[in-house]
Amino acid sequence: MSTYKVLVVEDSPTMRQLIIFALKRIRGLTIVEANDGVDGLKKLSSDKFDLIFTDINMPIMDGLKLVSLARNDPGYKTVPIVIITTEGASEDRERALAIGANDYITKPIQTVRIIEVARKLLNITG
Amino acid sequence: MSERDEDKGLTVKRGEEFLQIFKKGAEFTQDLLKENERLRYQLLQIEEAARLRQEQAGVDDPELERLRRRVENLEQEKQEILDRIRHVEEENQDFANRYVEIENENNMLANLYIASFQLHSTLDFREVLQVITEIVINLIGAEEFAIMLLDEKTNRLTTMASEGLDQETLPTVELGQGIIGQMAKTGENYFIEDMENYQRDFTHPIVCIPLKIKEHVIGVIVIYKLLEQKSRFAEVDYELFTLLAGHAATAIFSSKLYSESERKLSTIQGFLDLMTK
Repeated sequence: MSTYKVLVVEDSPTMRQLIIFALKRIRGLTIVEANDGVDGLKKLSSDKFDLIFTDINMPIMDGLKLVSLARNDPGYKTVPIVIITTEGASEDRERALAIGANDYITKPIQTVRIIEVARKLLNITG
Repeated sequence: MSERDEDKGLTVKRGEEFLQIFKKGAEFTQDLLKENERLRYQLLQIEEAARLRQEQAGVDDPELERLRRRVENLEQEKQEILDRIRHVEEENQDFANRYVEIENENNMLANLYIASFQLHSTLDFREVLQVITEIVINLIGAEEFAIMLLDEKTNRLTTMASEGLDQETLPTVELGQGIIGQMAKTGENYFIEDMENYQRDFTHPIVCIPLKIKEHVIGVIVIYKLLEQKSRFAEVDYELFTLLAGHAATAIFSSKLYSESERKLSTIQGFLDLMTK
């Protein structure tokens, strides 16, 4: 069975735990967590990931900056990125999609939706 | 004989000839009708004989009987298989419904587990308030809300943390005053009936959840606005409110006690240091 590495960039521990909890239900995933954009960027450069989940609103470096920097890195040009946002921040969401994010998840978070998006972007069936 | 008499004789002769021809035609038609009647009778006899032969052959031929029974059995089997397919389809539908239910329950349990885990992950008062805020935003989906704590000396509820609102603008509430004060006094949850037409009013929230340790209320969570995409509460939200009512209260209470004991310990330690110097 193939294994995939997923990076979860989220400053809220509650949200991070919930996303990781949901992703653990998919077999064959290795999950790495980062608590803000800078931490996420460090982990992106030191490892190779197959899927990235990132919150938009984070201190130090926000999710939009992270998506933009990741897309400028040749190693992450095509790696799927999912942004986590509130509906109120629809402008941010549209901007993130415009600069290269592949999908989005709105709050309140549903574990079913996280699993569905991860499976779709990693082409995992069953 | 005159020419007139000759014509008359000729006409009579032709009339007789025509009559003869007509009679012959009538006789021929009669013959045909008789023949038709005879043939129809013969046909009926042949059909009757054939039917009797067929019936006799059916009763007597064991191979035909065996095949007929086989056809009946196969028809019965086909019906049974169709019934079984229908039953399996119904079961499949039932499993699909159960799967959706279990997924929802799983989602609910995951939310409750994470919320509970996070609430008891720290003894720092500010961090506890932060965790409650995160739960209310991320798991319940509220945009504007406040966490108010009861000062037992003054019997007033004061905002300790808020989201989407300026904390300075939020009024303090006396125990028993208005909806918030009443809920804090009785310990009952409040949910507004008409959420669609709600206009923000700090004395009248859409939700008011008392934070209780057993029956002792230490504060309330008041919600004034939900996220745009959240039009109503789901079952999981009510479970989260129940969890918050108890667990958030104990987490707040424990963290406050811990902070006080830390402060006292530090004072005693300082005093002991002075004594032993």
